[in-house]
Amino acid sequence: MKLAYVIQHEVNFFGFNSNFLKIMDEIDRKILDKIQSHFPLKRRPFKELASDLGVEEEEVLSRVQELSEKGYIRRISPILDSRELGFKGTLVAMKVPEQRLNSVVEVINGYREVSHNYKRDHEYNLWFTITAIDENRIDEIISEIKDRTDVEKAINLPSEKMYKIGVSFSIED
Amino acid sequence: MEELSDKEAEILKEMEDGIPLTRTPFEDAADSLDLPVDGVLGTLEKLLDEGKIRRFGASLAHRKIGKSANAMIVWNVPEEQVDDVGKEISKFDNVTHCYKRPRKKDWNYNLFSMVHGDSKSECEKIAEVISEKIDLDRYEIIYSTREFKKTGVKLPRNL
Repeated sequence: MKLAYVIQHEVNFFGFNSNFLKIMDEIDRKILDKIQSHFPLKRRPFKELASDLGVEEEEVLSRVQELSEKGYIRRISPILDSRELGFKGTLVAMKVPEQRLNSVVEVINGYREVSHNYKRDHEYNLWFTITAIDENRIDEIISEIKDRTDVEKAINLPSEKMYKIGVSFSIED
Repeated sequence: MEELSDKEAEILKEMEDGIPLTRTPFEDAADSLDLPVDGVLGTLEKLLDEGKIRRFGASLAHRKIGKSANAMIVWNVPEEQVDDVGKEISKFDNVTHCYKRPRKKDWNYNLFSMVHGDSKSECEKIAEVISEKIDLDRYEIIYSTREFKKTGVKLPRNL
Protein backbone atom coordinates (compact mmCIF):
# COMPACT_ATOMS: atom_id res chain seq x y z
CA MET A 1 0.00 0.00 0.00
CA LYS A 2 2.74 2.37 0.97
CA LEU A 3 4.76 1.56 -2.13
CA ALA A 4 1.73 2.15 -4.34
CA TYR A 5 1.29 5.54 -2.75
CA VAL A 6 4.89 6.53 -3.44
CA ILE A 7 4.67 5.42 -7.05
CA GLN A 8 1.46 7.38 -7.54
CA HIS A 9 3.27 10.51 -6.38
CA GLU A 10 6.24 9.90 -8.62
CA VAL A 11 3.88 9.69 -11.56
CA ASN A 12 2.28 12.98 -10.53
CA PHE A 13 5.59 14.77 -10.16
CA PHE A 14 7.00 13.55 -13.43
CA GLY A 15 3.72 13.38 -15.26
CA PHE A 16 4.25 16.58 -17.25
CA ASN A 17 4.25 16.17 -20.98
CA SER A 18 7.50 15.68 -22.81
CA ASN A 19 7.30 19.01 -24.59
CA PHE A 20 7.15 20.72 -21.24
CA LEU A 21 10.10 18.80 -19.84
CA LYS A 22 12.19 19.52 -22.90
CA ILE A 23 12.01 23.26 -22.61
CA MET A 24 11.91 23.52 -18.83
CA ASP A 25 15.04 23.05 -16.81
CA GLU A 26 15.48 22.88 -13.09
CA ILE A 27 15.75 26.65 -12.67
CA ASP A 28 12.52 27.23 -14.61
CA ARG A 29 10.74 24.70 -12.45
CA LYS A 30 12.08 26.26 -9.26
CA ILE A 31 10.99 29.70 -10.41
CA LEU A 32 7.46 28.50 -11.26
CA ASP A 33 7.18 26.65 -7.99
CA LYS A 34 8.12 29.76 -6.04
CA ILE A 35 6.10 32.35 -7.91
CA GLN A 36 2.94 30.29 -7.97
CA SER A 37 2.39 30.73 -4.27
CA HIS A 38 4.47 33.76 -3.31
CA PHE A 39 5.64 36.34 -5.78
CA PRO A 40 7.81 38.71 -3.69
CA LEU A 41 5.99 41.96 -2.90
CA LYS A 42 9.18 43.99 -3.22
CA ARG A 43 10.38 46.86 -5.36
CA ARG A 44 12.78 44.48 -7.14
CA PRO A 45 10.94 41.12 -6.93
CA PHE A 46 13.12 39.38 -9.53
CA LYS A 47 16.25 40.37 -7.62
CA GLU A 48 14.72 38.81 -4.51
CA LEU A 49 13.97 35.57 -6.40
CA ALA A 50 17.41 35.62 -7.98
CA SER A 51 19.23 35.75 -4.68
CA ASP A 52 17.15 32.83 -3.36
CA LEU A 53 18.02 30.79 -6.45
CA GLY A 54 21.62 31.88 -6.69
CA VAL A 55 21.34 33.38 -10.18
CA GLU A 56 21.28 36.90 -11.63
CA GLU A 57 18.20 39.14 -11.53
CA GLU A 58 18.34 39.54 -15.32
CA GLU A 59 18.23 35.77 -15.79
CA VAL A 60 15.14 35.28 -13.63
CA LEU A 61 13.36 38.13 -15.38
CA SER A 62 14.12 36.86 -18.88
CA ARG A 63 13.11 33.31 -17.97
CA VAL A 64 9.78 34.55 -16.58
CA GLN A 65 9.24 36.66 -19.70
CA GLU A 66 9.91 33.63 -21.87
CA LEU A 67 7.63 31.32 -19.87
CA SER A 68 4.95 33.97 -20.19
CA GLU A 69 5.46 34.47 -23.94
CA LYS A 70 5.23 30.72 -24.47
CA GLY A 71 1.97 30.69 -22.53
CA TYR A 72 3.03 28.61 -19.53
CA ILE A 73 2.47 31.57 -17.21
CA ARG A 74 -0.90 33.21 -17.83
CA ARG A 75 -0.27 36.19 -15.55
CA ILE A 76 1.22 37.25 -12.23
CA SER A 77 -1.52 38.92 -10.24
CA PRO A 78 -3.42 39.16 -6.98
CA ILE A 79 -5.86 36.26 -6.59
CA LEU A 80 -8.98 37.46 -4.82
CA ASP A 81 -10.80 35.60 -2.08
CA SER A 82 -14.33 36.19 -3.30
CA ARG A 83 -15.93 34.80 -0.14
CA GLU A 84 -13.87 37.04 2.10
CA LEU A 85 -14.90 39.98 -0.08
CA GLY A 86 -18.56 38.99 0.24
CA PHE A 87 -19.15 38.18 -3.41
CA LYS A 88 -21.54 35.48 -4.57
CA GLY A 89 -20.54 32.79 -7.01
CA THR A 90 -22.37 30.39 -9.23
CA LEU A 91 -21.85 27.81 -11.95
CA VAL A 92 -24.22 27.89 -14.90
CA ALA A 93 -24.82 24.98 -17.24
CA MET A 94 -26.30 25.83 -20.62
CA LYS A 95 -27.64 23.73 -23.46
CA VAL A 96 -26.50 25.46 -26.63
CA PRO A 97 -27.03 24.23 -30.20
CA GLU A 98 -23.58 23.38 -31.57
CA GLN A 99 -23.82 25.73 -34.55
CA ARG A 100 -24.61 28.69 -32.25
CA LEU A 101 -21.86 28.00 -29.75
CA ASN A 102 -19.43 30.69 -30.89
CA SER A 103 -21.89 33.55 -30.83
CA VAL A 104 -23.26 32.47 -27.44
CA VAL A 105 -19.73 32.26 -26.05
CA GLU A 106 -19.05 35.77 -27.28
CA VAL A 107 -22.02 37.14 -25.34
CA ILE A 108 -21.13 35.25 -22.16
CA ASN A 109 -17.43 36.12 -22.25
CA GLY A 110 -18.30 39.80 -22.56
CA TYR A 111 -19.23 39.89 -18.87
CA ARG A 112 -16.37 40.77 -16.55
CA GLU A 113 -18.14 38.72 -13.84
CA VAL A 114 -17.60 35.56 -15.93
CA SER A 115 -14.17 34.12 -15.11
CA HIS A 116 -14.33 30.58 -16.53
CA ASN A 117 -16.17 29.26 -19.54
CA TYR A 118 -15.72 25.70 -20.81
CA LYS A 119 -17.28 23.50 -23.40
CA ARG A 120 -18.01 20.15 -21.80
CA ASP A 121 -18.84 16.72 -23.03
CA HIS A 122 -22.47 16.67 -21.79
CA GLU A 123 -26.04 17.33 -22.87
CA TYR A 124 -25.55 20.71 -21.19
CA ASN A 125 -22.49 21.61 -23.22
CA LEU A 126 -21.45 25.04 -21.95
CA TRP A 127 -20.41 25.64 -18.33
CA PHE A 128 -19.40 29.02 -16.97
CA THR A 129 -18.84 30.65 -13.59
CA ILE A 130 -20.15 34.02 -12.44
CA THR A 131 -18.78 35.93 -9.47
CA ALA A 132 -20.86 39.01 -8.69
CA ILE A 133 -21.62 41.51 -5.99
CA ASP A 134 -24.84 39.72 -4.97
CA GLU A 135 -27.48 37.20 -6.08
CA ASN A 136 -29.55 39.89 -7.80
CA ARG A 137 -26.71 40.71 -10.14
CA ILE A 138 -26.20 36.99 -10.86
CA ASP A 139 -29.89 36.61 -11.76
CA GLU A 140 -29.68 39.73 -13.88
CA ILE A 141 -26.68 38.44 -15.82
CA ILE A 142 -28.27 35.03 -16.42
CA SER A 143 -31.52 36.50 -17.70
CA GLU A 144 -29.66 38.98 -19.88
CA ILE A 145 -27.63 36.14 -21.39
CA LYS A 146 -30.76 34.09 -22.04
CA ASP A 147 -32.45 37.07 -23.69
CA ARG A 148 -29.48 38.03 -25.80
CA THR A 149 -28.71 34.49 -26.97
CA ASP A 150 -32.21 33.04 -27.15
CA VAL A 151 -30.98 30.02 -25.24
CA GLU A 152 -33.63 28.88 -22.79
CA LYS A 153 -32.06 25.92 -21.10
CA ALA A 154 -29.77 27.10 -18.33
CA ILE A 155 -29.29 25.65 -14.85
CA ASN A 156 -28.09 28.01 -12.15
CA LEU A 157 -25.99 26.10 -9.59
CA PRO A 158 -24.86 28.58 -6.90
CA SER A 159 -22.10 27.43 -4.61
CA GLU A 160 -23.64 26.73 -1.22
CA LYS A 161 -20.56 25.52 0.53
CA MET A 162 -16.88 25.36 -0.34
CA TYR A 163 -14.79 22.42 0.85
CA LYS A 164 -11.66 23.03 -1.15
CA ILE A 165 -10.27 25.69 -3.44
CA GLY A 166 -6.95 26.37 -5.05
CA VAL A 167 -4.65 24.95 -7.64
CA SER A 168 -0.99 24.56 -6.99
CA PHE A 169 0.81 21.73 -8.64
CA SER A 170 4.27 20.92 -7.50
CA ILE A 171 6.57 21.85 -10.34
CA GLU A 172 9.85 21.01 -8.71
CA ASP A 173 11.02 17.46 -9.00
CA MET B 1 -17.09 42.33 6.56
CA GLU B 2 -15.15 45.40 5.61
CA GLU B 3 -15.45 46.61 2.09
CA LEU B 4 -12.58 47.53 -0.15
CA SER B 5 -11.60 51.18 -0.25
CA ASP B 6 -11.57 52.97 -3.59
CA LYS B 7 -7.79 52.96 -3.55
CA GLU B 8 -7.63 49.21 -2.86
CA ALA B 9 -10.08 48.49 -5.67
CA GLU B 10 -8.08 50.71 -8.02
CA ILE B 11 -4.84 48.86 -7.24
CA LEU B 12 -6.44 45.42 -7.67
CA LYS B 13 -8.01 46.40 -10.98
CA GLU B 14 -4.72 47.75 -12.28
CA MET B 15 -3.11 44.36 -11.63
CA GLU B 16 -5.96 41.95 -12.47
CA ASP B 17 -4.57 40.99 -15.88
CA GLY B 18 -1.06 40.71 -14.53
CA ILE B 19 1.73 43.01 -13.43
CA PRO B 20 4.19 44.12 -16.11
CA LEU B 21 7.16 41.79 -16.46
CA THR B 22 9.84 44.40 -15.87
CA ARG B 23 12.57 44.77 -13.31
CA THR B 24 10.29 47.05 -11.27
CA PRO B 25 6.73 45.83 -11.88
CA PHE B 26 5.21 47.40 -8.77
CA GLU B 27 6.83 50.76 -9.37
CA ASP B 28 5.52 50.72 -12.94
CA ALA B 29 2.01 49.83 -11.79
CA ALA B 30 2.17 52.49 -9.06
CA ASP B 31 3.30 55.06 -11.62
CA SER B 32 0.34 54.42 -13.87
CA LEU B 33 -1.94 54.87 -10.84
CA ASP B 34 -0.01 57.93 -9.72
CA LEU B 35 0.52 56.37 -6.29
CA PRO B 36 3.73 55.87 -4.33
CA VAL B 37 5.14 52.33 -4.74
CA ASP B 38 5.53 51.79 -0.99
CA GLY B 39 1.87 52.58 -0.54
CA VAL B 40 0.92 50.06 -3.23
CA LEU B 41 3.11 47.32 -1.75
CA GLY B 42 1.78 48.09 1.74
CA THR B 43 -1.80 47.85 0.51
CA LEU B 44 -1.14 44.47 -1.13
CA GLU B 45 0.44 43.15 2.10
CA LYS B 46 -2.55 44.39 4.08
CA LEU B 47 -5.05 42.76 1.72
CA LEU B 48 -3.12 39.49 2.01
CA ASP B 49 -3.16 39.75 5.82
CA GLU B 50 -6.88 40.40 5.80
CA GLY B 51 -7.40 37.42 3.52
CA LYS B 52 -9.08 39.48 0.81
CA ILE B 53 -6.29 38.36 -1.51
CA ARG B 54 -5.81 34.60 -1.30
CA ARG B 55 -2.34 34.77 -2.81
CA PHE B 56 -0.23 36.99 -4.98
CA GLY B 57 1.39 34.84 -7.60
CA ALA B 58 1.56 33.30 -11.03
CA SER B 59 -1.37 31.54 -12.64
CA LEU B 60 -0.11 28.74 -14.84
CA ALA B 61 -1.67 27.19 -17.90
CA HIS B 62 -2.03 23.67 -16.51
CA ARG B 63 -3.18 22.31 -19.83
CA LYS B 64 0.09 23.35 -21.37
CA ILE B 65 2.08 22.00 -18.47
CA GLY B 66 0.63 18.61 -19.18
CA LYS B 67 -2.37 18.37 -16.92
CA SER B 68 -4.41 18.00 -20.05
CA ALA B 69 -7.53 16.36 -18.70
CA ASN B 70 -9.84 18.62 -16.75
CA ALA B 71 -12.71 16.64 -15.33
CA MET B 72 -15.65 17.73 -13.28
CA ILE B 73 -16.84 14.80 -11.21
CA VAL B 74 -20.34 15.36 -9.91
CA TRP B 75 -21.76 13.26 -7.07
CA ASN B 76 -25.25 12.51 -5.89
CA VAL B 77 -24.79 12.45 -2.11
CA PRO B 78 -27.52 12.00 0.52
CA GLU B 79 -28.03 15.45 2.04
CA GLU B 80 -26.99 14.47 5.56
CA GLN B 81 -23.65 13.09 4.31
CA VAL B 82 -22.61 15.99 2.09
CA ASP B 83 -20.30 17.71 4.59
CA ASP B 84 -18.44 14.52 5.50
CA VAL B 85 -18.10 13.41 1.90
CA GLY B 86 -17.05 16.91 0.77
CA LYS B 87 -14.25 16.94 3.35
CA GLU B 88 -13.17 13.42 2.44
CA ILE B 89 -13.01 14.20 -1.29
CA SER B 90 -11.02 17.36 -0.57
CA LYS B 91 -8.21 15.26 0.92
CA PHE B 92 -7.29 13.95 -2.52
CA ASP B 93 -4.34 15.82 -4.05
CA ASN B 94 -5.76 15.66 -7.57
CA VAL B 95 -8.96 17.36 -6.46
CA THR B 96 -8.41 21.10 -6.81
CA HIS B 97 -11.91 22.37 -6.01
CA CYS B 98 -14.87 20.92 -4.18
CA TYR B 99 -18.26 22.63 -3.77
CA LYS B 100 -21.77 21.83 -2.61
CA ARG B 101 -24.44 23.03 -5.05
CA PRO B 102 -28.22 22.58 -5.15
CA ARG B 103 -30.15 19.93 -7.04
CA LYS B 104 -32.35 21.42 -9.74
CA LYS B 105 -34.81 20.32 -12.35
CA ASP B 106 -32.79 18.25 -14.86
CA TRP B 107 -29.93 18.12 -12.36
CA ASN B 108 -29.60 15.63 -9.52
CA TYR B 109 -25.99 16.00 -8.38
CA ASN B 110 -25.21 18.08 -5.30
CA LEU B 111 -21.44 17.77 -4.84
CA PHE B 112 -18.90 18.98 -7.41
CA SER B 113 -15.21 18.15 -7.53
CA MET B 114 -12.70 19.36 -10.08
CA VAL B 115 -9.91 16.99 -11.00
CA HIS B 116 -6.83 17.64 -13.09
CA GLY B 117 -5.13 14.63 -14.55
CA ASP B 118 -2.65 13.71 -17.24
CA SER B 119 -5.29 11.82 -19.17
CA LYS B 120 -8.92 10.74 -19.15
CA SER B 121 -7.96 7.32 -17.88
CA GLU B 122 -6.15 8.91 -14.94
CA CYS B 123 -9.27 10.94 -14.12
CA GLU B 124 -11.39 7.78 -14.32
CA LYS B 125 -9.02 6.02 -11.98
CA ILE B 126 -9.16 8.91 -9.52
CA ALA B 127 -12.96 8.84 -9.63
CA GLU B 128 -12.96 5.11 -8.91
CA VAL B 129 -10.60 5.50 -5.97
CA ILE B 130 -12.69 8.33 -4.51
CA SER B 131 -15.90 6.40 -5.10
CA GLU B 132 -14.56 3.43 -3.20
CA LYS B 133 -13.27 5.62 -0.39
CA ILE B 134 -16.58 7.45 0.14
CA ASP B 135 -18.65 4.38 -0.63
CA LEU B 136 -20.86 6.12 -3.19
CA ASP B 137 -21.21 5.14 -6.82
CA ARG B 138 -23.71 7.66 -8.10
CA TYR B 139 -21.42 9.96 -9.99
CA GLU B 140 -20.71 11.26 -13.46
CA ILE B 141 -17.46 12.49 -15.01
CA ILE B 142 -17.88 15.50 -17.28
CA TYR B 143 -14.78 16.45 -19.25
CA SER B 144 -13.99 19.85 -20.59
CA THR B 145 -13.31 19.74 -24.30
CA ARG B 146 -12.53 23.39 -24.93
CA GLU B 147 -11.58 26.41 -22.86
CA PHE B 148 -13.34 29.62 -23.90
CA LYS B 149 -12.35 31.82 -20.99
CA LYS B 150 -10.15 31.61 -17.93
CA THR B 151 -9.29 34.95 -16.42
CA GLY B 152 -9.48 34.46 -12.69
CA VAL B 153 -12.06 36.22 -10.59
CA LYS B 154 -12.15 39.98 -11.13
CA LEU B 155 -13.69 42.65 -8.96
CA PRO B 156 -17.34 42.81 -10.02
CA ARG B 157 -18.79 45.76 -11.86
CA ASN B 158 -19.55 48.89 -9.84
CA LEU B 159 -16.70 48.33 -7.46
